[in-house]
Amino acid sequence: MLIELTDHIDLNRVYEYVQSAEAGGQTFFVGTVRNHAHGKEVIKLTFEAYEPMALAEMRKIAVQATAQWPVHALAIQHVLGERQVGEAVVAIGVSCAHRQAAFEACRFVIDTLKTTVPIWKKEFYKDSSIWVNAHP
Amino acid sequence: MEILLFGITREIVGSSRLDIPAAGITDVAALRSWLKVQYPQFGGLSSLAVAVNGEYADDRHALNGQEEIALIPPVSGG
Repeated sequence: MLIELTDHIDLNRVYEYVQSAEAGGQTFFVGTVRNHAHGKEVIKLTFEAYEPMALAEMRKIAVQATAQWPVHALAIQHVLGERQVGEAVVAIGVSCAHRQAAFEACRFVIDTLKTTVPIWKKEFYKDSSIWVNAHP
Repeated sequence: MEILLFGITREIVGSSRLDIPAAGITDVAALRSWLKVQYPQFGGLSSLAVAVNGEYADDRHALNGQEEIALIPPVSGG
């Protein structure tokens, strides 16, 4: 598996890593910076992580996905630092013999990443900023 | 006892590391109680997990002061 915290998402690298003659289905998820949140215009995002634990938690998710579905290869990249609207911040690639497992495993990886991996996103608006999810 | 801070907890404390007196803090529950008194703003967060040596730890997890301890406010990757 390919597990990386990086300063920019490299989709070619994710694709090259997971593609294989044995895998007839490859799914990719790319998360980008949306231009609005909570009815406000978003200017940029910054990400920070507890890096060793974030990598370990990403690895756990990959191991779990591989145990649950017949995964041939799996890649996760997440950026750290500042990103502008439209830029990619996370990329997941999963290859399996067939598409159904590839779709399901890919969704599991991004959904779980959002709940367990110690990465934090600060959203900047024109006149304010918040740490996403910090407060009820 | 040194605590690593990230995201909103780093901003509340104003530093990415916090040195606290280890006396009496023998488990994660005691650490939480101490933090709540010192930093009442932590009480307003949606959640506040504690990681010990890079793993999520529950309240009963014992501490001896030698571990790497980090506060994990609500995560928001992706």
